[in-house]
Amino acid sequence: MSAPRTELTPGRTPLLARVSALGPLLGLVALMIVATLLNADFLTFTNLSNVLTRAAFIGIIAVGATFVIISGGIDLSVGSLTGLVAGSMILVMNALIPSLGGGWATIVVGMLCALAIGAAAGVLHGTLITRGRIEPFIVTLGTLGIYRAVLTDMSQGGSISLDNKLGDVYSPVFYGKFLGLPLPIYLFAAVALLGGLILNRTRYGRYVQAVGSNEQVARYAAVNVTGVKILTYTIQGLCVALATLIYVPRLGSASPSTGLLWELEAIAAVIIGGTALRGGAGRIWGTVVGAVLLVTIENVLNLTSIISVYLNAAVQGIVIVVVAFLQRGRSK
Amino acid sequence: MSGALLSFQELRKSFGPVEVLHGVSLELKAGEVHALIGENGAGKSTLMKILAGYQPASSGEMQLNGASVRFASSRDAEANGVVLIHQEFALADDLTIAQNIFLGHEVGGLLLNEGAMNRMAAEAVTRLGLHLDPRTRVKDLSVPQKQLVEIAKALSRDARLLIMDEPTASLTLRETELLFGLIRGLRAAGVGVVYISHRLDEVNALADRVTVLRDGRVVHSGPAAELTPHQMASLMVGRELEDMFPGQAPPGQGTLLRVEGLSVPGWVHDLSFTLSPGEVLGFAGLVGAGRTEAFEGLIGLRRHTVRRTELGGRPLRLSSPGTAARAGLVYLSEDRKGKGLLMDFKLRPNLTLTTLDHYARPLLDARQEQAALERAVPEYGIRAGQLDVLASSLSGGNQQKLALARILEASPQVIVLDEPTRGVDVGAKREIYALIHRLAAAGRGVIVISSELPELLGLCHRLLVLREGRLTGTLSGAQLSETEVIQYATGLKTDPLPESA
Repeated sequence: MSAPRTELTPGRTPLLARVSALGPLLGLVALMIVATLLNADFLTFTNLSNVLTRAAFIGIIAVGATFVIISGGIDLSVGSLTGLVAGSMILVMNALIPSLGGGWATIVVGMLCALAIGAAAGVLHGTLITRGRIEPFIVTLGTLGIYRAVLTDMSQGGSISLDNKLGDVYSPVFYGKFLGLPLPIYLFAAVALLGGLILNRTRYGRYVQAVGSNEQVARYAAVNVTGVKILTYTIQGLCVALATLIYVPRLGSASPSTGLLWELEAIAAVIIGGTALRGGAGRIWGTVVGAVLLVTIENVLNLTSIISVYLNAAVQGIVIVVVAFLQRGRSK
Repeated sequence: MSGALLSFQELRKSFGPVEVLHGVSLELKAGEVHALIGENGAGKSTLMKILAGYQPASSGEMQLNGASVRFASSRDAEANGVVLIHQEFALADDLTIAQNIFLGHEVGGLLLNEGAMNRMAAEAVTRLGLHLDPRTRVKDLSVPQKQLVEIAKALSRDARLLIMDEPTASLTLRETELLFGLIRGLRAAGVGVVYISHRLDEVNALADRVTVLRDGRVVHSGPAAELTPHQMASLMVGRELEDMFPGQAPPGQGTLLRVEGLSVPGWVHDLSFTLSPGEVLGFAGLVGAGRTEAFEGLIGLRRHTVRRTELGGRPLRLSSPGTAARAGLVYLSEDRKGKGLLMDFKLRPNLTLTTLDHYARPLLDARQEQAALERAVPEYGIRAGQLDVLASSLSGGNQQKLALARILEASPQVIVLDEPTRGVDVGAKREIYALIHRLAAAGRGVIVISSELPELLGLCHRLLVLREGRLTGTLSGAQLSETEVIQYATGLKTDPLPESA
């Protein structure tokens, strides 16, 4: 016998809900307008494509994080994993030069290695969380430390550099362009489109949402909850590896600080995008907007001198809290 | 006013433009059990929420002991001795029984006196026949145990007026009897009790007065002795009710499901039974007898061992709800909110959750799903204003019909229903009973687990009685009577013969 609350404001609630669902996008547009007013250079093609390229790293990782968070989990290890995958990938490629040569064969094997490491880490997380029945927060807090420490040990505290010749071959993957747009933007778009398709149009995507909404109901409704969860962490691991594939050719090296605190930016992008941290509901396009929004803030601070760029994290933090405040009504 | 503990005149309540209570007047006496009955949506819960301070009335006058009152909050109502026992549990899962009972009323000064609270909590739950360590966490309790803790919590508040909203919905006979004993004791001590229930036989057995609400109005108020349960039901729906249970067709020949030697550690010991096509088989027993656990075990939700499972003559191994559903066996949990429906999902994904394979080619076909929903809504009599609403917005009966529709979408051969009419009003109950008969008539096998004996006796061809995880009796034909079931369920009688087909 619940009160018919919806009748309080007939017709108004749906519209309001629709506007608030578009919140992140409206926020991004508003920020872009302000940025353009402050500095006309913002709205140039070069700057915008630069923003999108930079957003690709966090954005690709955040697409994976969207799956994990919708299923009711969390992965804190993605930043460390980025560093570990980058370091391992460089070491593998350097070691392969004598046998496979300094060309694409070595790079492709290195890429496959990176994807394998990412996927293996995801399977490990998922298995510990489901079969081992350990909280995701604990598991990935543990591996966050482990991956970073292994990376630091591999680099002996310094940096791991890709062979120069190989770096020249690999660098177009980050710096190259197709139809005027940098390649990372295409990868970002492909990952986001595929993620959205999987989340909204496949059985697996529906199961991810069902598990996050109520795991017990899903289990009783004959959903393979363990499999669904392990796969979300595997998707996350693969996304980290994909982001690393375009990160390595950018600098050609990895250090103990590679990917530092990226986990927080990825989670922030997901939350800004309107995915509920408690799971059950979320959207990929929101995550994409969230990632772009975070990079745009940094870009605007760089282009203007009103607020010091050193305060970047503070501005991002304020945006996260404000967005959470605006969305609080929708998560009962 | 002679001994009126609480009275209200012309109470009205509106939500926005919609008035849900149209001038309700009622008088409750001290030392009286006053039953309040009505279909879902009649306004019972709204009335009780106003009474217990959870919601303000839009207009009207409320008097406690002759003085006009207006409760600002539930705390305010409790301070005046008016305590509501929720239909839904308001317990903190991670706190212990004792911590829950004394939540907000802790004993002790600067430091808590845990010892005293545990001792008093133990006494409070023992009075309800619950022999549990008060330091047990609430999350480790079963649903009926939680209900009893909820009642113990309210009883510890020194209530002058106790409002109980469906307190027996999850209790079995023995616990219900204990509760009734307690209520009678409270009545003798001068406490007023408002008792809301869908179980009209209980109302008949317990109440002094009955008030019937329909569509936000009082349609009848008078001594309980003047009404039979059948008359109460007719007053609630506003028309003569035909019999609750449609006529039974005899079950078919042969064996549809054969289970031999099912054991679930700690719950069920060596259970064997068979089910014929077209048969409705009931499982009776006290709470904790292992009925739910047996079937959760059978479909792989709990650790279990089984010597042999055969469905339609084929031996099979059920390791998960998924393999069970594919083999043609589905189970609907007693816990609709926790295990039955995704409350914050819409109707469509709820309906297709178990059978999503049918709609994947490989991308999900939303139009097919929508078509399935548009087919299921009239077929199962799901009443929803719009199809595009959340499952949580449906009434209990319609939620249950949606949950039933979900498992039946899988075209199962064997359907296991655990408490299929819990928290469901009279009208929806009848529809669910009719659905069970339709399924049986179509040659499916239906297993019903229920704590409502009249329901089991009215529905089933055969009843199996479990006691402490063992099969103690198999009843059919003339043996199907309440006294027989109770004797087997409580251990007064035991059937030494193992069940045979």
